[in-house]
Amino acid sequence: MEETEILTKLKNKFPQQVKDTFISLGMEVAIIDKDYLFEVMSFLKEKPQDYAMLLDLTCVDYIGEEPRFEMVYHLFSLSANRRIRIKARVSEKEPRIASLTPLWRNANWLEREVYDLFGIEFIGHPDLRRIFMYDGFEGHPLRKDYPLRLRQSRIKLRK
Amino acid sequence: MNGRFFLTTLNEILSWGRKYSLFQYPFVTACCGMEYMSTACAHFDLDRFGAGWTRFSPRQADLLLVVGTVTQKLAPVLKTVYDQMTEPKWVIAFGTCAVSGGIYDNYAVVQGIDEIIPVDIYIPGCPPRPETVLDGLIKLQEKIKNQEQEWRWKRRKF
Repeated sequence: MEETEILTKLKNKFPQQVKDTFISLGMEVAIIDKDYLFEVMSFLKEKPQDYAMLLDLTCVDYIGEEPRFEMVYHLFSLSANRRIRIKARVSEKEPRIASLTPLWRNANWLEREVYDLFGIEFIGHPDLRRIFMYDGFEGHPLRKDYPLRLRQSRIKLRK
Repeated sequence: MNGRFFLTTLNEILSWGRKYSLFQYPFVTACCGMEYMSTACAHFDLDRFGAGWTRFSPRQADLLLVVGTVTQKLAPVLKTVYDQMTEPKWVIAFGTCAVSGGIYDNYAVVQGIDEIIPVDIYIPGCPPRPETVLDGLIKLQEKIKNQEQEWRWKRRKF
């Protein structure tokens, strides 16, 4: 468990919620409890931490593990030119996590993407519907248990 | 001299005319579009073969060039565009993705546009070189030349 200023600060502020911190290939990483995601992110966005920009938001499917999904958030501080990665595990039985749309407007479409491809629900999202796949598409194609050769055509095929 | 002789001649005149006046509608969705542009522009010059006139309206076109990947989401659009084209019409599948889905063997991509619409000429390549495209066009002209042509006042066989 390596220490940097921001990771120490995060652990002091949220001793129970931050489960682990480490540095992976020069990137500060914090693993947190998913129920406190919004609080941690609000804290990181505030000054003096000032991680004002949400670079990316995505999900990983670790099938066979429990909790199954892992949400990954990348933040960037424009003033300090630093990045941080926040991870939170989400279970398959209850795939719900807080939406970050109130903090960053770009989270809207990124969360719709994760909802579309992984089926994670975002609590408090203003417009949670599919963004890539079409209406009538069943399942979430980036889940590892989605059948590899399953095709869901929108129109009747010729053969 | 019976009517049959007259009909075959007209068929040849029509096929000769049609093969040298292909109005094309480029349905460009992906990176193959760059090769299409290269083929259509001055260096390789599609116009040498009478297919230089690009109509961006399917109703005025008789050659549908499907250039690039067609996703499941886009399939109804391609079908509509094909249905909007008036007869006679021909379709070229341009590039591996349009031919067979290419490397995109997944949930999102149509595995070859012949699942949706009939295709006359397949041009493989990822992307195909302009020479390949010209070769495909010449092969289509050959096909048109040997086809039985349809026209409005043609006597129907009963």
